[in-house]
Amino acid sequence: MHKQTREPLVHIVKRDSLPWYRAWAIRAVAIVLALLLCAIVTTLCTGENPLQVYATILRGAVGTRRKVWILLQDLAILLCISLAVTPAFKMRFWNIGAEGQTLAGALASAACMLLLGDRLPNGVLLALICLAGIAAGAIWGVIPAVFKARWNTNETLFTLMMNYVAAQIVAYYVIVWESPKGSGNVGIINPTTEAGWFPQIGGNKYLLSVLVAAALTIFVYFYLNYSKHGYEIAVVGESERTARYVGIKVERVVIRTMLLSGALCGLAGVLLVAGTNHTINSTLAGGQGFTAVMVSWLAKFNPIAMIFTSLLLVFMSRGASEVSTVFGLNQSFSSILTGIIIFFIIGCEFFISYKLSFRKSGRKEGDAANA
Amino acid sequence: MKEQTAAVKMRNITKRFGSVLANDQCWLDIYHGEILALLGENGSGKTTLMNMLSGIYYPDEGHIFMNDEEVIIKSPKDAFDHGVGMIHQHFKLVDVLTAAENITLGLDEKLDLKAVSARVREICERYGFEVDPEQKIYDMSVSQKQTVEIVKVLYRGADILILDEPTAVLTPQETDKLFAVLRNMRDDGKAVVIITHKMHEVEALSDRVAILRHGQFVGDMLTRETNAQEMTNMMVGRPVTLNIERPDPVDPRPRIEVKGLTVRSMDGILKLDDVSFTANSGEILGVAGISGSGQKELLESIAGLQPTEGGSICYVKDDGTREELLGKDPLSIAELGVSLSFVPEDRLGMGLVGNMDLSDNMMLRSFRRGRSLFTDRKAPRKLAETVVAELEVNTPGVTTPVRRLSGGNVQKVLVGREIASAPTVLLTAYAVRGLDINSSYTIYDLINRQKRQGVAVIYVGEDLDVLLELSDRILVLCGGKVSGIVPGRGATKRDVGMMMTRLGGNKADA
Amino acid sequence: MLDLVSFIPRAVVQGIPLLYGSTGETITEKSGNLNLGIAGIMYVGAICGVIGSFLYEQAVPAAEMVGVLAVGIPLLSCLAGSLLMGLLYCFLTVTLRANQNVTGLALTTFGVGFGNFFGGSLIKLSGSEVPSIALSATNGYFARKLPFASKLGWFGKIFLSYGFLAYLAVIIALVAAYVLKRTRTGLHLRAVGENPNTADAAGIDVKKYKYLATCIGSMIAGLGGLYYVMDYASGVWSNDAFGDRGWLAIALVIFTIWKPNWGVLSSFLFGGLYILYIFLPTGTDLAVKELYKMLPYVVTIIVLVITSMRNKRENQPPASLGLAYFREER
Repeated sequence: MHKQTREPLVHIVKRDSLPWYRAWAIRAVAIVLALLLCAIVTTLCTGENPLQVYATILRGAVGTRRKVWILLQDLAILLCISLAVTPAFKMRFWNIGAEGQTLAGALASAACMLLLGDRLPNGVLLALICLAGIAAGAIWGVIPAVFKARWNTNETLFTLMMNYVAAQIVAYYVIVWESPKGSGNVGIINPTTEAGWFPQIGGNKYLLSVLVAAALTIFVYFYLNYSKHGYEIAVVGESERTARYVGIKVERVVIRTMLLSGALCGLAGVLLVAGTNHTINSTLAGGQGFTAVMVSWLAKFNPIAMIFTSLLLVFMSRGASEVSTVFGLNQSFSSILTGIIIFFIIGCEFFISYKLSFRKSGRKEGDAANA
Repeated sequence: MKEQTAAVKMRNITKRFGSVLANDQCWLDIYHGEILALLGENGSGKTTLMNMLSGIYYPDEGHIFMNDEEVIIKSPKDAFDHGVGMIHQHFKLVDVLTAAENITLGLDEKLDLKAVSARVREICERYGFEVDPEQKIYDMSVSQKQTVEIVKVLYRGADILILDEPTAVLTPQETDKLFAVLRNMRDDGKAVVIITHKMHEVEALSDRVAILRHGQFVGDMLTRETNAQEMTNMMVGRPVTLNIERPDPVDPRPRIEVKGLTVRSMDGILKLDDVSFTANSGEILGVAGISGSGQKELLESIAGLQPTEGGSICYVKDDGTREELLGKDPLSIAELGVSLSFVPEDRLGMGLVGNMDLSDNMMLRSFRRGRSLFTDRKAPRKLAETVVAELEVNTPGVTTPVRRLSGGNVQKVLVGREIASAPTVLLTAYAVRGLDINSSYTIYDLINRQKRQGVAVIYVGEDLDVLLELSDRILVLCGGKVSGIVPGRGATKRDVGMMMTRLGGNKADA
Repeated sequence: MLDLVSFIPRAVVQGIPLLYGSTGETITEKSGNLNLGIAGIMYVGAICGVIGSFLYEQAVPAAEMVGVLAVGIPLLSCLAGSLLMGLLYCFLTVTLRANQNVTGLALTTFGVGFGNFFGGSLIKLSGSEVPSIALSATNGYFARKLPFASKLGWFGKIFLSYGFLAYLAVIIALVAAYVLKRTRTGLHLRAVGENPNTADAAGIDVKKYKYLATCIGSMIAGLGGLYYVMDYASGVWSNDAFGDRGWLAIALVIFTIWKPNWGVLSSFLFGGLYILYIFLPTGTDLAVKELYKMLPYVVTIIVLVITSMRNKRENQPPASLGLAYFREER
């Protein structure tokens, strides 16, 4: 005799597509819940009134004109890197090497600034910096792609390893270029001549990055959704065999797309070095290559939606650093809050794609008693 | 009917997938000592219903009784515990494990692979199977894999056995062997359920048929008291004719000449060995053979998707000029001005992109057109609308992802797109696999229309009855070699079946 | 020339955290979960151990400490912390079917932040002058060596000069290899990672295996963090000191082509590569040392490429690695 098993209380059913407003409502609820949990965590750690904490976050993110610009700058760089990885992701090529590609671009532009700074007219130098940075990022991105295309080498792990190789190469040059010797860092490059520094538009050193990011957003949006290349990327991502069947050269698309992805990361590196920081070190990218993966995925690879997801993350991280300063916590506090928010957003996608179906049954208790 | 308790009673079973109603208040009785054929068109919910009995799906509503006691089957494990074993259409085997490891998978006893192998050999001996328990699954042929599946179920001592289209991948001889085994099991007192589309198999094997339509049970009867026509009418819900027409070829001229084609797989196995034949315009060339005899490689070589080792594939234009297709990829073949269409076996994995909508799928063939960097979206949309209207594709709209459509409608979309480019050569692989009778006839009709327009059609099929009725000539492959080419009119199933298993068929006997 | 007798023990102690991490990650990946959060989990494991022993050291004077508690409290808090991280990962990826890469990266962000935040808070609490916490009493218990090791010359130095967690790492790796290869649990786990659909149809509880493998894997990885702080770093926690060892552990999984027993020697090799720059004579050229530090990553890339070129079925990642499973998918 088999023992009666009880009926499952809930089971999970895949939904048809939800209308967009309901999907976004679910995401909004998730963010609100995440903020509530963040408030509780913050209060537990600081003993402060959560409202005050949120006010501090708001102040930290957009409290002053300067803070707004820093927020926009951070947003621009993160958005730029997120846009860069997106074509690869659409192709189901898990490029988590944006960190390394950005560093490669940064290193190349720093090299141009240092080595050619006083030998070339500034206009030529700037063009060269851009070219070199973009090319370096592209090369760093295309190496895993070549192996993926030829031998189907796992790209997630390859690109991940390439990050550390890039970081060590940068660390090498940081010591080679040390200034002053023994300090362990490069210092501001060309501080007096400002050779190779991007011009400040309207006296604002951040505006350029913002403009570049905006242009990139529009470019990537149209590239992915309306161009022939974008269509090829989508087909390859969905099914390589279908792509081959209709005569798309998969290897070529993989390599071309990773060239683009790496190039855009390289551009972000150029913006960081020549635009704002004017120096280089091995933590220049600051983990944004990884954050970009989350930004891109949370936005479902939609460049326009990425503006909002990256804004959310940058806003929280800027705000949380302010909380850390004001309440005397250390800077890592922002990582905890960012983590919590991302967990909620990742989790809520489930409720958009699936629904829980509760079984209507009055017999359950009786059955359990008999069994 | 028999005075015995049903082994299984399914009552008022309802199952939805999103907005699709797969089973609607469906019921079914299964008896011990009986082979039940479960019939129904595609999308009528046969497989879904059986999946609920084997614990893969869980019903939204309804009850299942075994020996008059209600049971709850919420996982495959529960199903095993109740003695239900199912052999799925897509084999449930782990490729990197051995046969013995696969067979013992999911059991609770201590892992002792030697003992498992011994018992497997014992079962094989009893039923006449050939399985090497130590062989890895990825080294096995399709029919070997199926044997492993059957042994697996027997090993577990199942007494209710469900087979989902088990003969699709077997030769006539292998099918006969399988049927003998199933009859043995029935005589052993086991309950056997077989899901199939092939009427002659139903008639040859089953004791009783149960018919589903639109997810509902429409009736059952003893096989000996009914006939194919009646069963088909019940499945479709209205009278249908069961004849495939075969118009005479008009002005057949050589279109594709294949000479000495040789293909080796990645692991160095010879897949096609010195294959030569000619396909004529306005003619259907049927290709018969046990699955895996090189059909796939043959079509993919012509379509430019398969690296080849030697030989030649010549395309003959109307004016007599010849173009070598061998070694060219699909793009360069198209650039030669050769209009070649290919309906591959794996529709959603190769022919179409499941997650894209109908109009984006139409674009697959045409997106390169024009010099613009951007794609033209209007023409594909129009084409999608035309295909939906002309082939009566059942879809909510042209912006529905293809994967949401049922098998028959997916195939209509694919065939519709492929013939829209007015091809001169049409390659089809298992064009009606998994399609119900109605959709199948639509497809035969479309293929015949292409033939009348002078297209050279190469039709790879698995149902010999259909091949014999549809083809003008039949090319029989055996182990990658041409076993013979026979005229479709007048060939018998037995002869072709013999040629499939032995080069040259009977003649080679002497 | 390399001084092997001093080089090998240092390579081994460098390798042990990697061995823990890679054994844990291998078990996790065998269930089809690619947990990129392993780096964060090792941080959490380490900081939880630190918190546990910090509280114990604060509560009891060093003279009155009991060995069992001094070892047990950090050990249990480490296991509990990494278990919670594993559960979080499973809840998101298995129950809620979230993307594994994204969840893993978020878990790393969170875990590293968590470690540094509480590390920083403890440093503040202890009122220390330098940015680190020293748990020397606890370290004494963790790093205790066999009494006769020092009498055995080079043999003792190479084989017997480690704390008990080092031996535990080797034992766990060997046991994991045995379980994966020879037992029914291992067979079922491999089936889940290769083809969850099949495993499910065979009556294996896919969710249970994924949860168990990932949580056990997380706890093992967490021990790597604990070993690092309590033994290798002599009980000193400082923020970010653990570095990128978590990622190196993932590299090691590939390097060992998913075989934990290979991990034992490979981890020592990796440990050796990691510190080779200290032993190679580079004179005053400090920059070159930075280049040596990328050796483990370069070697991993080479192995990754070679295995993909040879394309042997048995040496590939589990077939469903990184994919969520839903039985009623269609």
